[in-house]
Amino acid sequence: MDATTWKPSRAEPNWLARLFDYKPFLIFICLLPAVGLLLAFLTYPLGLGIYLAFTDTEIGGNGEWVGLDNFISLMDDPIFLTSVWNTLFYTFTATVLKFALGLWLALLLNHHIPFKSFLRAIILLPYITPTVLSAIAFWWIYDPQFSIISYVLVDRLHILDHYIDFLGTPWAARWSLIVANVWRGIPFVAITLLAGLQTISPSLYEAALLDGASPWQSFRHITSPLLMPILAIVMTFSVLFTFTDFQLVYAITRGGPINSTHLMATLAFQRGIPGAQLGEGAAIAVAMIPFLIFATLFSYYALGRRKWQQGSDND
Amino acid sequence: MTGFTRRDSIAVGAGAIVGAGALGSTPALSAIPVAKVDPPKQPIEAGATLRVIRPTKFVDPDEVVWNENTAKFTKATGVQVRTDFVGWEDIRAQVAVAARTGAGPDVVAGWANDPHLYTDKILDMTELATYLGKKYGGWGRLPEIYGKKFGTNQWISIPMGCGGGALVYRKSWVNEAGYAAPPDDLEKFLDLCRKLHKNGHPVGWALGNSQGDGNGTATWLLWAHGGYQVDEAGKVAINRKETIAALKYGAELYKTFIPGTLSWLDPSNNKAYLAEEISMTSNGVSIYFVAKTGGAKGDANMARIAADTEHARNPGSFQGRAPEAANTLNAMVFKHTKYPNAAKEYLRFLMEADQYDNWLTQCLGYWAHPLLAFDQSDCWKSDPKILAYRDAQKMTFWDGYKGPITAGAAAATAEYILVQMFAGVCAGQSTPEEAVKEAERRLTRIYKKG
Repeated sequence: MDATTWKPSRAEPNWLARLFDYKPFLIFICLLPAVGLLLAFLTYPLGLGIYLAFTDTEIGGNGEWVGLDNFISLMDDPIFLTSVWNTLFYTFTATVLKFALGLWLALLLNHHIPFKSFLRAIILLPYITPTVLSAIAFWWIYDPQFSIISYVLVDRLHILDHYIDFLGTPWAARWSLIVANVWRGIPFVAITLLAGLQTISPSLYEAALLDGASPWQSFRHITSPLLMPILAIVMTFSVLFTFTDFQLVYAITRGGPINSTHLMATLAFQRGIPGAQLGEGAAIAVAMIPFLIFATLFSYYALGRRKWQQGSDND
Repeated sequence: MTGFTRRDSIAVGAGAIVGAGALGSTPALSAIPVAKVDPPKQPIEAGATLRVIRPTKFVDPDEVVWNENTAKFTKATGVQVRTDFVGWEDIRAQVAVAARTGAGPDVVAGWANDPHLYTDKILDMTELATYLGKKYGGWGRLPEIYGKKFGTNQWISIPMGCGGGALVYRKSWVNEAGYAAPPDDLEKFLDLCRKLHKNGHPVGWALGNSQGDGNGTATWLLWAHGGYQVDEAGKVAINRKETIAALKYGAELYKTFIPGTLSWLDPSNNKAYLAEEISMTSNGVSIYFVAKTGGAKGDANMARIAADTEHARNPGSFQGRAPEAANTLNAMVFKHTKYPNAAKEYLRFLMEADQYDNWLTQCLGYWAHPLLAFDQSDCWKSDPKILAYRDAQKMTFWDGYKGPITAGAAAATAEYILVQMFAGVCAGQSTPEEAVKEAERRLTRIYKKG
């Protein structure tokens, strides 16, 4: 026997091995867990929720299809309209503040400062604390009788003469909640924008400096456009999370006083679960979808699609 | 803030003071008049186990003694019982799911109106209720309303305790304002509150989205003026001149409140009272319980507050009836249970004097007895100040007065419709007429669905 006559004998692979070699099957099997999870925990609840919005189901009872009845009655409901307005105001104001302050913080953190890594880790603390815990802390801070802020201002510094009623009047409550939300959200924006800032090549700044650009000019012409893609992504997420915020509002005010801080999410919960009108709660939740789609599209088209990102000249 | 630090108020707010040690050891069985009646024949099934859900405790002994009594039952009968203590806001949804799916807990001791929402899914309790009534001097009026199917004599549940409210006030400050005790007449009561406000000891009632106290404030004011949300047939009847009168009175009373009550949740008035920020409010026995047990443990402030605290009925009695209901713990057994006799025996056991009196006394009367013989319990002799809570079962108003107890009534309470009607007028956001119209619109929509 020599190299020319040697016949390699290899056992014919059995059917199971051949099956796993079959590419389409392999793809299917590998995707199955992820798709299965998505279908079970995302598609099904979403579909069920949308279906429930068109029925008059109550908890513990069967419901019948009522078509657009829930939505029509919501249009006439002043509390629902207030909650829509509240949600838009809350999202817009909190997002603007978070981005202004977050960007500023990111720019500051971008410099070489002592204990840089430590500071960047500490900055994240408000964001990673469980929301309910920080909500309860804020509830104490905003308490009409026991607020630490009031205590310092009235009893220690004698600047005011009476305790601040943070949550007792509609506008005070709204601004208090926005402050709490901004406090929680800044780290997310700051850290993500910081990551974006780090990807900007310093040679661009050097070139600008050589050309005699002022700090504002280099911000406007270098930092800002190059940050846009990541800004668009962060903004989308931030708007989505803020719009659907539930925990903060529920834990601090439950939607009061007199429904002035009800967001669509908290109102949907209150109508649907304790109020046992699942159909109406689902309708309120479904009413959020158009806003969220609009916000996502806006971020994508308005912010993220500069031509040069697709490879052509700056446009 | 007279020396009452934030740390103290956190301890108070957490309500973590255990009463068992402070109140003394288990009292000997007091002289409850018991009639000789044969218990119903409910032979326990072999191999029975039970799952029970009930709300979480407001006072520690509530949970401790409940578990002790349950353990006694297991020892006596061999039936394993598991009790889950569920948050108040979650229990309604859990019950609904259990009723819908036919699986889950066997026994539910929960919201007073839940048995009325599921009458066709729970066992009939007439035999057991009649036995208990005969043995222990009859049922109070409120337990009868909550225990029987509306308009019939058929019992669908066993009311286990009536957590009543009462006026809680600082005697010395009320005296200082020129009154020996808070008057029942509403005009005089308003005058008292004005004087207290002038003296720097304002009053405060919750008007925020709080299940217990917020709804309590709104219904007190409404019922005291002869108003009601639905009539006997279940038709929405909020838009009447009595409601407008109640709202106008509420707006005047609100001017004497401490600031911030529009955002008060259930523990807020407890905190404010124990910090001596307010002189008067309405609450269950939990405020006095915390002050008394704190004082017994050596806290001088708490002892002082407890000594100066008195209770009375809410003012404004309407046609001789106090304008209050009581939060009633109502026990029902699902039809889907595999061990119906075991479940009924369990409830019977808990309601028998040996177990019930212990629970009643250790909780300092937090859950007042539904059976009238327990008027003689040592619990009420231990401290004359808690007598106001003894008569919770004699109340004649209920959640959803004066219509049938339906899902609509439960939803109206859960959505704070009455609370927001009052809060809007007190805040000056709407006139009484506008507020009533809005409440009427919401109630009509809710009651239309059932």
